[in-house]
Amino acid sequence: MHPFGVCRLHYLLARLFSAAIVIFGVLCLVFFLIHLVPGDPVEVMLGESARAADREALRQALGLNQPIGTQFVNYLNGLLHFDLGTSLHSKRPISEILLERLPATLELSLAALLVAVVIAFPLGVLSAVRKDSVWDHLAMGVSLGGVAIPNFLLGPLLILAFSLWLGWFPVSGREGPGSLVLPALTLGTALAAILSRMLRATLLEVLNEDYIRTARAKGLAPRVVIWKHALRNALLPVITLLGLQLGALLGGAVITEVVFSWPGLGQLVIEAIQRRDYPLVQACVLLISLTYVVVNTLTDVAYGLADPRIRVGGGR
Amino acid sequence: MTARLLGLWLPLAVVVSWALAALLGPWLPLSPDVIHLPRILEPPGNGSLLGYDDLGRSLAARVVSGAQTSFLVAVWVVGISALLGTLIGATSAYVGGVWDLVTVRIIDIFLAFPGILLAIALAGILGPGIDNVVLALSVVGWVGYARLARAQVLSLKHREHVQAAIVLGAGPVRILRLHLLPLILAPLIVEASFGVAGVVIAEAGLSFLGLGVQPPSASWGAMIRDGARYLLVAPHMVLVPGVALALVVLAVNLLGDRLRDRLDVRRER
Repeated sequence: MHPFGVCRLHYLLARLFSAAIVIFGVLCLVFFLIHLVPGDPVEVMLGESARAADREALRQALGLNQPIGTQFVNYLNGLLHFDLGTSLHSKRPISEILLERLPATLELSLAALLVAVVIAFPLGVLSAVRKDSVWDHLAMGVSLGGVAIPNFLLGPLLILAFSLWLGWFPVSGREGPGSLVLPALTLGTALAAILSRMLRATLLEVLNEDYIRTARAKGLAPRVVIWKHALRNALLPVITLLGLQLGALLGGAVITEVVFSWPGLGQLVIEAIQRRDYPLVQACVLLISLTYVVVNTLTDVAYGLADPRIRVGGGR
Repeated sequence: MTARLLGLWLPLAVVVSWALAALLGPWLPLSPDVIHLPRILEPPGNGSLLGYDDLGRSLAARVVSGAQTSFLVAVWVVGISALLGTLIGATSAYVGGVWDLVTVRIIDIFLAFPGILLAIALAGILGPGIDNVVLALSVVGWVGYARLARAQVLSLKHREHVQAAIVLGAGPVRILRLHLLPLILAPLIVEASFGVAGVVIAEAGLSFLGLGVQPPSASWGAMIRDGARYLLVAPHMVLVPGVALALVVLAVNLLGDRLRDRLDVRRER
């Protein structure tokens, strides 16, 4: 047996190949977004009062007067050179604007991920270990609430309690670490709720396995059995779930950013939509989705390489 | 007994009231758009059931009117996407071959977008309005059902009763309709019940961003957005639609859980 055998290489290549197809599909879909604008996109973007010459100029600039095949080739060609066009509103290169906004979104997403993990682990473990106890019901009740309260509701409620009444954190904006707390909490809560339920379920399953009984029988402390033996195996599906939920996190970031005027990509999308700056909308959607695909593929690959059982069925 | 009350009867009551408010709303003597200037930002109590908003409109009437929006969107979106998704997923699995390969790729591509983001972009580009909300959310929604139906049919199509039907000369449409669909219905129904909760949140989210129904039509999401500007002086403007929204989502989820246990479906996510 080869340590990094043909099987692994095959898996890796297959996974990367399907990721490439998905990325190409995402590119196509985003390309067609602008063609979904009802009526004439140029007229919608410039307003009805625009002069014919201005319209023609914009049509030229966006390449909308060319045949659709040529447009698509130009679009792909631009992407290859990181040229995403120029924003209609600010007239600046879109790639520049995206780079400006990206750090804020990354910061928010990572903080939310951290919040989710920090909340979910104690809740999930507690309710699995003390199954059917008051603690279990309480923890699962909390997590049920976390799913039911969307972030555009949780955000204002947190602002009301912690900014307006208690005055602990700023209401909005991105200045200093304090301003990150409420947005991260808002975005992380739903994920924490899902994560803790998942953790509870997998942990309960694992705790029923023979090797756990063996570990207990040989006299290991319950703490060691749970944290070292059980949790380690329960973690794998939880990590996959984290990868899949990243999409929900990035999507939720859009709304959370709007709630807190957080200057990230999400707020940029909404600003761009309001200003009918469709090339910018396209670019934002593209960047966020590609981030999601790449992270997901990496999770999958790492996971598949670590655990040979996964490879058989292929990704997901 | 309490478990049954909390897990079944209370959620059922909430969902039924939601549906009734939505269906009977137009015939109730409510005036969600009428402005009472002296009552602007008036809190609940004092002769008003749920208080008034920043324009002096009754929040009670607007919550009922918002229920209509969310219910309508939920029914349409779940209906369209479940029907379309099941059809695509089931036929793709049954026919197999290149057709199936293409479908799987398309499903993967749609799954590559964070759902709400694609809906936001679509709704933003198509323009506001309830029909565009339904369209945007259905475009995002069908994928889940397609994936589920495909997986189910794949695992069922080599069963003996299907083989027997083929041997007896039944065509693919007949087999799908009579021999496969009834068997995959249970997990799809469970998925659809959770789907309702998801759509209610998504509709409110789009309206919160100003991409949903347009004023003066009421939507819980838009009410929350309007209320967020008056948080300190009139928190009831956020709380009233917020509680309605959270209650409906919670109730639908609880009923979904119940249904899943009842139909004995293991939800694969």
